[in-house]
Amino acid sequence: MSELAVLALVGDMLVRATPLILTGLAVAFAFQAGILNIGAEGQLLIGATCSAAITLQFGETLGGSIIIVSLIGGSLAGAGWAAIAAELRARFHVLEVISTIMLNFIALYIVSFLVRGPLQEPTHIYPQTETMPLYARLPTILPGTRLHAGFVLAVLAGVTGWWILQHSAAGFRLRAAGKNSSAARIAGQIDVGRTTRNVFLMSGALAGLAGAVEIHGVTFALYENLSPGYGYTAIAVALLASLNPLLVIVTGLFFGVLEAGANALQRDAGIPSTIASVIEALIILAVLAVESIRNLHAPQPGSPSDTPIADLT
Amino acid sequence: MTEIIGPFLEGAVRTATPLAFAALGETVVERSGIINVGLEGSIICGAFGGLIASSYEGTWLALAAAGISGMAVSTLFGVFVTRLRSDQVITGTAISLLSLGLTGTLYRQLYGPAGSALTTATMSILPVPLLSSIPWIGPALFSQPPITYTLYAFVPALWWWIYRTHAGLGLRAVGENPEAAIAAGVRAAHVQFAAILFGGFMGGVAGGTLVIAQAGTFAEGMSAGRGFIAIAIVVLGRWHPVGVALAALIFGGASALQYLFQTMGWNLPYQVFLALPYLLTLLALAGVAGRVSAPASLGTWIRGW
Repeated sequence: MSELAVLALVGDMLVRATPLILTGLAVAFAFQAGILNIGAEGQLLIGATCSAAITLQFGETLGGSIIIVSLIGGSLAGAGWAAIAAELRARFHVLEVISTIMLNFIALYIVSFLVRGPLQEPTHIYPQTETMPLYARLPTILPGTRLHAGFVLAVLAGVTGWWILQHSAAGFRLRAAGKNSSAARIAGQIDVGRTTRNVFLMSGALAGLAGAVEIHGVTFALYENLSPGYGYTAIAVALLASLNPLLVIVTGLFFGVLEAGANALQRDAGIPSTIASVIEALIILAVLAVESIRNLHAPQPGSPSDTPIADLT
Repeated sequence: MTEIIGPFLEGAVRTATPLAFAALGETVVERSGIINVGLEGSIICGAFGGLIASSYEGTWLALAAAGISGMAVSTLFGVFVTRLRSDQVITGTAISLLSLGLTGTLYRQLYGPAGSALTTATMSILPVPLLSSIPWIGPALFSQPPITYTLYAFVPALWWWIYRTHAGLGLRAVGENPEAAIAAGVRAAHVQFAAILFGGFMGGVAGGTLVIAQAGTFAEGMSAGRGFIAIAIVVLGRWHPVGVALAALIFGGASALQYLFQTMGWNLPYQVFLALPYLLTLLALAGVAGRVSAPASLGTWIRGW
């Protein structure tokens, strides 16, 4: 492999790690607060959709600053999509595992409809939107690769997230609500319902941001297979990092290497790239097994699993 | 009128059949206090196992192989949940991810990177004499592949087993009050493990039905969230076999609305019909979930053993 090819592959790995870090953070925050958000995939898709729509609509008027507007818009859209599951949980006691997975499928069909309907490119041949103009693309930060500024954004989000979680009052409320909701409510006078809802929205915003970053940094257009399941890999990313935002950066990089490597293997050696999700699942199971064996020796009362589903409010 | 309603009802029963198998299995699992989100994994493994077996054996044996494939993957879930006491939802999610990845990988290895279009012999439709000539509902209910008829017998059998046998009482006791059940001499961990294996088998049969009695082929990810829809159906059916079967039928009906719309000549984007079952799941759960009582210990660890 030539030096240039190695450089390009490293770039691809970091590019791949970017949405994994962002969605990994989304999952880590949610799980910390006791919210099992399996819906990062759908939130990412809706974020990407909104971001593409904003850029196509206002790109010409706003020029380069469209990127900022669009990234914010994508985050808000992701939060909005998560809000559906958050409301269903708060008002109707609907288990978010089920609702977020249903919303993932619905998001996929919304994208499928839009790229064949209202948002389809002008020639109406391909199921995708028009390609973004150059000024609406995130700058490349490593010459000779596809590595874009979104990677820096993801790392910054990880560091900021870690600081919020460990050193702010909001972070304390979040962790308290996740650890033991009744104690947090009674002893800490924490509004658990409100905290839960806010964390759910923030989780959705991070996943939505991941989608917007993909649009402006990688795909430059909206189409159906925009995400090869980032939102599901994110669960492995977050769990392997023990839900610690700083470690999410590391595990996100690890899975980026794994997935970009799997793609290269499929291209060069014909090994199916789906093997990556097998490895991811085995990693989740390995983490669970290690944790369980540790817990069996030192039982910790009040962990999220101690709350019966019937009592989940 | 018959030519409009006929395909709709037939489609409703056809779509409902695999959902009902999976949901009835999950009913037993949840009655034991366990929620198996890995059901999706059992369905896709059953579909794949059924495909492989159907190239060697007849349709019934292939369906049994599908059930065993689904059970095999649920064994892993059972070990993690009842032995290691891992978080049920995270374990189940991992099992689903594992199964989808594994079947995809094996399929591409065996049948080429893109997965060549592969068809298998399907279970042919066997109309029941007399019953199938009842107007409207006759063809829908009694002109189906025989696997659907086993479902009709299975629903009352499961009801009888859960509510009228000693073993069924033990199952319900473990789900409602595990500590008391253990004190009464029920081996709770064994009951839960057995329930999980049974649920896995039924999930596998559901996947096998998709391949062997319906599609006649396998596609990566063809379970398409049916495992999660089945879990919602269990809630809608209030953990009761008859309720669950009816809830599955309602879902089948919603999915089959596209046939009705097509024959009526109403044009809607096809994605609306594809998204409908998921949308309906959300609406149904919002309407029902807060007002029904789940088995009391659902989703928790059993303490004290």
